[in-house]
Amino acid sequence: MMDTPDIVVIGGGNAALCAAIEAAEAGARVLILEAAPKPYRGGNSRHTRNFRCMHDGPLSVLVDAYEEEEYVADLMKVTGGHTDEGLARLAIRSSQECLPWMEAHGVRFQPSLSGTLSLARTNAFFMGGGKSLVNAYYRTIGRLGVEVRYDAHVTHLELEGDRITRVDFDHEGGSHSLSPRAVVVASGGFQADRNWLARAWGPAAKNFLIRGTPYNRGVVLADLLAQEVASVGDPTQCHAVAIDGRAPLYDGGIVTRLDCVPFSIVVNKDGERFYDEGEDVWPKRYAIWGRLVAAQPDQVGHVIIDAKSINLFMPSVFPPLKADSIEDLAEMMGLSAGKVAATVADFNAACGDTSSFSPMELDGVSTTGLTPPKTNWARPIIEPPFYGYSLRTGVTFTYLGLKVDERAQCATAGGPIRNLWAAGETMAGSILGQGYLAGFGMTIGTVFGRIAGKEAAAYANAA
Amino acid sequence: MQMQPEFVEEARRQAEICNACRYCEGYCAVFPALQAERAFAEADLTQLANLCHNCRNCYHACQYTAPHEFDLNLPKALAELRHDSWDAFAWPGGLARAFQRSGTMIAAACVLGFAALFLAARALPADGEGFYAVLSHNAMVAIFAPAFLLPLLSLAVSLRRYWSHVGGGRITLGHLRHAFGSAAKMRNLAGGHGDGCNFEDEDRFSQARRQAHTAVLVGFLLCFASTSSGTVLHYIFDAPAPYSLWSLPKLLGVPGGLLLGAGALWLAALKFRADPELGAPRAWGGEMGFVLLLAFVAWSGLGLWLLRDSAALALILALHLGSVLAFFLLMPFTKMAHGFYRLTALVRDAQRLEAR
Repeated sequence: MMDTPDIVVIGGGNAALCAAIEAAEAGARVLILEAAPKPYRGGNSRHTRNFRCMHDGPLSVLVDAYEEEEYVADLMKVTGGHTDEGLARLAIRSSQECLPWMEAHGVRFQPSLSGTLSLARTNAFFMGGGKSLVNAYYRTIGRLGVEVRYDAHVTHLELEGDRITRVDFDHEGGSHSLSPRAVVVASGGFQADRNWLARAWGPAAKNFLIRGTPYNRGVVLADLLAQEVASVGDPTQCHAVAIDGRAPLYDGGIVTRLDCVPFSIVVNKDGERFYDEGEDVWPKRYAIWGRLVAAQPDQVGHVIIDAKSINLFMPSVFPPLKADSIEDLAEMMGLSAGKVAATVADFNAACGDTSSFSPMELDGVSTTGLTPPKTNWARPIIEPPFYGYSLRTGVTFTYLGLKVDERAQCATAGGPIRNLWAAGETMAGSILGQGYLAGFGMTIGTVFGRIAGKEAAAYANAA
Repeated sequence: MQMQPEFVEEARRQAEICNACRYCEGYCAVFPALQAERAFAEADLTQLANLCHNCRNCYHACQYTAPHEFDLNLPKALAELRHDSWDAFAWPGGLARAFQRSGTMIAAACVLGFAALFLAARALPADGEGFYAVLSHNAMVAIFAPAFLLPLLSLAVSLRRYWSHVGGGRITLGHLRHAFGSAAKMRNLAGGHGDGCNFEDEDRFSQARRQAHTAVLVGFLLCFASTSSGTVLHYIFDAPAPYSLWSLPKLLGVPGGLLLGAGALWLAALKFRADPELGAPRAWGGEMGFVLLLAFVAWSGLGLWLLRDSAALALILALHLGSVLAFFLLMPFTKMAHGFYRLTALVRDAQRLEAR
């Protein structure tokens, strides 16, 4: 057991591992304190699948080019300008150099997965997904002599003046303290603490599902914020999408997504439609449906499709409810049969010519005279059997985080904290003020994890 | 041809989760084939099970393995179904169930083989030098020709059953080229990225199993070629054994025996280190028994050559030929059958790819 590490890294996901690798390669003695037990190590990184990467020309599995200005423009579009452009450009510019570094440290990439061709140019996919990346990095830190303690729950960082002087944590039934020279916080957001979510968002959050790890409870984040470490990001907001309502409370991950909304109508528990299901292609819209469902009574939606559409989307992990009539389906869903039948009948009556229906593009097949309208893929729901799914709000991550500078260093109002760095979701709010860009969380984690690791090692080695 | 419903159902449950995730599609041939389906018929699952090479990469990459409530263990689900399918397709039925699972049964068969050859050596005539001084060429042919041909007939019946079960079509040269190419390169043990598989040490990628398997395969084929060349020399060139070191049977057989013997022991060592819960645990004994039988065949064959002038020749000959006899007779009912099923599944997969 390492009792006098130079650097303690809090967290065990992508950012923590990148920090640990850089610090250990710089010669520092590194200890990782990971809250999860070994089978669940890796935080939300274990659910990820790709890395959004700038490249001036073909790079590894990435085709063509994806240059800084286009990447920045994509980020501006999803965040509505809620970003720190300097940090964002740093992350984007560094991503190009990160990809070969990741390969050199055991990560293996593959061309984009089937069904994700739109990302073939911008995102490098991890072969086997995020858990294989996490496994590769744990193998790497093992070779570098980094020690990992699983089930190690950090409870407090003692901030004295401009330095962290002590790290308190619970491990194997006891309370322990360490005084490393430097600390890297990479322990994610607070989305798994449902009470905190409810305080931030309102009581509706009690009905949200958490898509990722149950171990991101924000304990270290709360502890540092209580000591007036500078924060960033809207404390009331989280990134949420609409997922299958039968998903597990935590860790449902990718398989709980439902891609059928554009071919459906979605009703609330009163059997009423509440939004244009055909507004845009699903990848561009599934994030707003998390909020839409959250605003409905009991935070639930019900998707209804007919036999024509059942094969138009990726299969879901849970089989749909299936019935020969809309009334039967409504009853299986626990909704008023009469009300749902009337909603479907109104919708069907508002549908027009469907001959130009085209599932992969905005086809303009819309309703007329219906509120809210369905502006694409509006085909009458008449062909039995009918299928139903429930939708709930699934939280991906929270925006509130630690404010860092371009060296990933944390600060208070009095100036930088000399030996505290942050990386990954816990500081991503600096760059992602709202919205999300596929694969960008891993970019932020990798770039700032590496920076934090190098800076912490430079400080520890000089001390 | 009935598979056990619990294995089919479990494989289906897991395949449906995999089909909603698809993170593993780069690893091997199983996932593209899986993703081509939306609902999984028993025949689809049987084909997936026989395509799976048990590299275990998908298990270690999986975000849904236990303790997660989805409890995925696809290598195990497919291994259980695969072994069950071999039970179901074997002809005559019942024998596969016994020998696939039990190393003890394989050992018992070997002992019977030894005994048969001891008896043969005592009762049947000898007519030459070297080992023909113990047992004549004609007596050996009389024992081994049927012991070789009957199992091949049995395998042919089984594969025919498999083929009709999975709905295979007319086979072209292209299909065969694809299948044999995959097998020769052990492409499905390469991990998609070429780093190999996660077999003997949790999530560490290694080429060990791929290389050990290649050693066994090449060694086996060299031994087979050695025996075949001996047959040709005997009948066509009237040149009976024993052969010199610089003859074709020896030039093929000695390296073949070394590769087969070393490769089989290497595979056994890897299997001891691998987690049995990521395969079919009830077949572990039978698989280990088979690998050790292969090793015994190889090393006893080499021993026969090294000790050809010693008094122990008769003993070693009976041990070697007895193990060879057991190996041949059990071929359709042991792990040996996997090679034939795997090739058939790869041919079927080539047809799927072509039809796409």
